Amino acid sequence: MKTELTVNGQTRVIDVEPRTTLLDVLRDGLGLTATHAGCEHGVCGACTVLVDGEAVRSCLILGVQADGLDIRTVEGLTSGDGALDIVQDAFCETHGLQCGYCTSGMILAAHALLRVNAAPDEEEIREAISGNICRCTGYQQIVEAIQLAAERIRTSNTLKAGEVVK
Amino acid sequence: MTDQQRRFVSTNRRVREDRRFVAGAGRYVADLDMPGTLHVALVASTAPAARILGIDASEALAMEGVVDVLTGEELSAAVTPLMNGLDTPLVRRFPLAVGQIRYAGEWVAAVVAESRALAEDAAEKVRVRTEALPFVIDAEAALEPDATPVHPEHGSNLLLDRTFDWGPVAEDFAAAEERLSLRVTWGRNSTVPIETFGVIARWNPWEEMLDVWASIQMPKYADQIARALKLPGNAVRVHYDVDVGGSYGVKRGIKHTVLVAYLARKLGRPVRLIEDRLENMRAGDAQGPERIFDIDVAFDRDGTVRSMKMRALDNAGAYAGRAPFQLGKPIGAIVGPYRIGSVQYRAMSVTTNKAVQEAVRGFGQAPTNYAIETMMDRVAAHLGIDRLELRRRNLIRAEEFPYTIPSGSTYDSGDYHTVIDKVLAHADYEALKAERDRLRAEGLCAGIGIAACLEPSGGNSSFEPLLNEKNRTSTWMEGSRVTIDALGFVTVAIHTTSSGQGHETLAATVVGEELGIDPDRIRVTRPDSLSSLPGNSPVGSRMAIMLGGAAARAARNLKRQLVAIGAHAMGIDPDTASYEAGTITAPDGRSIGWDELVDIGHRRFHDLPSGTNPGLTASFIQQVPTGVALPKDGKVQMYPCYSFEFHLVLMAFDPVLAKPEIRRYVIGHDCGTVINPHIVRGMTLGGIAHGIGAALLEEFTYDEGGQLMTQSFLDYLMPSSHEVPSVEIVHHCTPSPLTEFGQKGSGESGYLGAPAAISGAVQDALSPWGVTVDKLPLRMSTISDTIADAETAA
Amino acid sequence: MKPAQFDYARPKTVEEACGILAADMDARVLAGGQTLVPMLAMRLSRPSVLVDITRIAGLQGIACSDDTVEIGAVTRQAAALASEVIRAEVPLLAKALRHVGHPPTRCRGTVGGSVAHGDPSAEIPLAVTVLGAEIVFVGEDGEEERFAPEDFFIGPMLTTAPMGGLLTRLVFPRRAAAPTGTGFREVASRRSDYAFASAGAQVVLNADGTCAEARLGIGSVGDTPVAVDISGLSGTRLTAQDIRGAVVEALSDLETVDDLHATASYRKRAAVRLAELALAEARDDALEQAG
Repeated sequence: MKTELTVNGQTRVIDVEPRTTLLDVLRDGLGLTATHAGCEHGVCGACTVLVDGEAVRSCLILGVQADGLDIRTVEGLTSGDGALDIVQDAFCETHGLQCGYCTSGMILAAHALLRVNAAPDEEEIREAISGNICRCTGYQQIVEAIQLAAERIRTSNTLKAGEVVK
Repeated sequence: MTDQQRRFVSTNRRVREDRRFVAGAGRYVADLDMPGTLHVALVASTAPAARILGIDASEALAMEGVVDVLTGEELSAAVTPLMNGLDTPLVRRFPLAVGQIRYAGEWVAAVVAESRALAEDAAEKVRVRTEALPFVIDAEAALEPDATPVHPEHGSNLLLDRTFDWGPVAEDFAAAEERLSLRVTWGRNSTVPIETFGVIARWNPWEEMLDVWASIQMPKYADQIARALKLPGNAVRVHYDVDVGGSYGVKRGIKHTVLVAYLARKLGRPVRLIEDRLENMRAGDAQGPERIFDIDVAFDRDGTVRSMKMRALDNAGAYAGRAPFQLGKPIGAIVGPYRIGSVQYRAMSVTTNKAVQEAVRGFGQAPTNYAIETMMDRVAAHLGIDRLELRRRNLIRAEEFPYTIPSGSTYDSGDYHTVIDKVLAHADYEALKAERDRLRAEGLCAGIGIAACLEPSGGNSSFEPLLNEKNRTSTWMEGSRVTIDALGFVTVAIHTTSSGQGHETLAATVVGEELGIDPDRIRVTRPDSLSSLPGNSPVGSRMAIMLGGAAARAARNLKRQLVAIGAHAMGIDPDTASYEAGTITAPDGRSIGWDELVDIGHRRFHDLPSGTNPGLTASFIQQVPTGVALPKDGKVQMYPCYSFEFHLVLMAFDPVLAKPEIRRYVIGHDCGTVINPHIVRGMTLGGIAHGIGAALLEEFTYDEGGQLMTQSFLDYLMPSSHEVPSVEIVHHCTPSPLTEFGQKGSGESGYLGAPAAISGAVQDALSPWGVTVDKLPLRMSTISDTIADAETAA
Repeated sequence: MKPAQFDYARPKTVEEACGILAADMDARVLAGGQTLVPMLAMRLSRPSVLVDITRIAGLQGIACSDDTVEIGAVTRQAAALASEVIRAEVPLLAKALRHVGHPPTRCRGTVGGSVAHGDPSAEIPLAVTVLGAEIVFVGEDGEEERFAPEDFFIGPMLTTAPMGGLLTRLVFPRRAAAPTGTGFREVASRRSDYAFASAGAQVVLNADGTCAEARLGIGSVGDTPVAVDISGLSGTRLTAQDIRGAVVEALSDLETVDDLHATASYRKRAAVRLAELALAEARDDALEQAG
């Protein structure tokens, strides 16, 4: 089925089998492998992407449903030249990851939070990432990363909260 | 070398691996795009035990896109059985069931198709005709004389039954003033990484080479593949530059690998098997220990624990694998941090019709620590002595190290009393107790849990020869190579995959330290297995000790070469030359810099001192510091280094709803010299989270019909950011005298004591009713029902 | 874990959707998909065609009239949670929504989808049950059919939804002008898991501070969410003792079952405890409004 997908600002029309999830369309159809499959039944959050700015699970959306929606993946946060955006850099600063497998989803969940809440408290951060399971970190360094990113965005002259920083 | 002299070790440097992961640029096995790849889906058994009468794949094979359907019969004719740890040759295991199904979910056939979805479509069409057989789920039932053996050829369900007597157990029991007995049960849980296991195999018939990319964390993986497929060892090439999305022990998909390797050779195309979550949970063969502990303890009224008899009965599941060895590692710390003079330990492992057990973080140590710590709490309660005071009286004292325990291991170093004192001071223990009592006065259940536990690290795998006398393993080496290229840049080769432990950061840090070079300028590579030095992968909390040791000593050898070159060029005795950040200085102040040394080393053989090879490179293969001897008289030095952790937890819950909430969590942690503080902190926090899951939430539960009830993440419950609290870590450093920098292991920290501490807190909360809950996970409804029953009885 | 094959349709009108549903017994409605897609992935659901109703004009949005608040069936749970109208006029639903899934599933999950699915442990059906909201379907013939919750939820994931019909909206009563307090409590292994037991309560106070009306519903313990007759609280001051007595009596014959995660006896005690907590929360909320 012909589907118009807008991913990381690029629009293309591709043929998608109705049963294929957005997760598989991104990975297999578009070669965007930063989005990871964890459980494929909507619990672990590893496959989180941004749809119209909101964090959602790409294993729970069919590719055909994504027709016309604005999708963003971790590949869309940076320009590919080795620079990191402010949230990514904060995760490095606090070591808010280990194996990296849940990290893409965590970073996008953080983006979705910071877009609507420039100064989240710890409870709000924990709620925002509660649908993303991490088996490595125990979450604390992730919470610290998001706190650090929020603070850096707030104290920056040029960046707006939640803006996707290039 | 003191802390002050270190530039990079123990400093808060970033973890180099993080950059690629936050950019989504990790290279996981499922990300690899190989043209022409075929996909595998499995046909899973629905019965826990059955005889296979026939498999009809004709309908599946007729479907579009389906290339092959493989059965256990075909596969077992071509490959050797998978390796068993113990000498149990009649417990034969193949990647697919052969003749008989032994657990629900077991793979009966593999469907190969052009896409995973097509393979799943076809798997539904494979008809398996079976005849049901009796089955056994419970470990104690499996021990009954009339129990049906899971492997009839083996004759019984018993894989292992060894009793060790270390020290004068009978005398100590006879002399003791008091004794008590207890039973605790560790439920079947696992590490359940968010990435499932995956593997891709490709056969090149012209080179006769099998290439393997896998999400693997496994010692001797390439050897096992070659042996199973009857290939020369040098015809198997495992690619270590694959990022592994979490493991913590379980990523050991040898059965998956043998399966796809066979298919890749047969079909002449790359074949991949990426488990889906159902396959992973049911039959990834990655469930953890499930263990019943029966303990008799003998002690005096002053609290001195004299002796302990422990029987550990472990449910290995349907095949042997390495599962029974998880009863072996705890022998290396069988008395925990305590001066218990004698121990009887009976280790029993049985087969049942459950999925196969695999190595889990701590390799059996966390369940054992839970049993020991529960025992200490019971002794304290029996005597009316404060739980902390009882531990203090029995802890090994700092001046007693090195300390040899009854089972033959010598603990390298420690200062347990100081760590505990620091935690109590940090937490304000008296205030914590007052808080508990205040919560109780509000009508809540509230309790404090404590656990003092050891993390044996850097092991020699000595449990193998101890439990299997045909096994003569006395080394568990790790190699590393350091080179300086002709432009003067440093590259370190490490020879393993990593699953989040930060080995590249570790290697760069210690090499940078040795050479006085910024670690950020050092490249770390992962050659494939045929280009690698010997190694044993990151198991048993060993890499800081073993890879850290290998890389540091390779760098030191290289430094020695540089000094020799510089001294020779200046015409001085190398012993009088000094090395500082890449410059060699003579006593008279002359010096030779890095560029010149590199130029000599790479281009000017005529300027090299005699006996020096051209091209600046050095390798080192690190032997386990204490690994020399085979077991004798049932005793062996198990692990060289012993990290210590002390947990202090306050929990509270409503007596009816019984949802345990952690109000405060403090841990004191001493793993010697920390190479990278971020990494060690992350390991400890993550280990505690994992322990919270084991204590309260996670279990592979089978029903009476032998069906796994928790095969999705809707029922197998892992802690989220809501369930894991902020944890306060109190540091202490007692360096190991056995390692390069004084480092010990930390990869299992947190997990080793968290279940014990959390259980202790819940038991303390239940103490006003005089009841206990002695099985993990501590289910909310069990806690609530226990209280309700106690109130009814009262 | 890939779904079996199916077709996909994205009708633009209710009429078109109902036509597809009526023509094919195996067609299924796809709204937010947060429950359905996992069932597809595990091949527990095998529709012939999925009818995506999320782009049908008129099925989204929240509208307030004199005595009701109407919520379009495909209104996202996150949008409902963020709605000032719902917070002000259907406060019990607002409280219940906080417990639904996680932020990412609420972004996609719909209010109507949760009701149509009829899970006895789901929060939105419980709020519907407590408040007596109307569940509105449009049939193949274009006619509206309205269901009361007790007639609609008849078993676990079992409803009396008409064949070929489409749930289009929910009609909630607006809260009373008098002080109206609400309470919602549930207990689960983890905050976002299916609850072992849940309780929703709403009380309206008289000018003298006594209870004019009390409503209570219990979820998760039986086959459907159930409205519990707690009218005995009317006229009382809702003291802890009043609440306890009324709840224990009202829930004395509550039927519960064992399952993997919780025993029946636990669920029953938990239901009583949560009912007390929800009613106390509702009372305190109302008293605060009364000043």
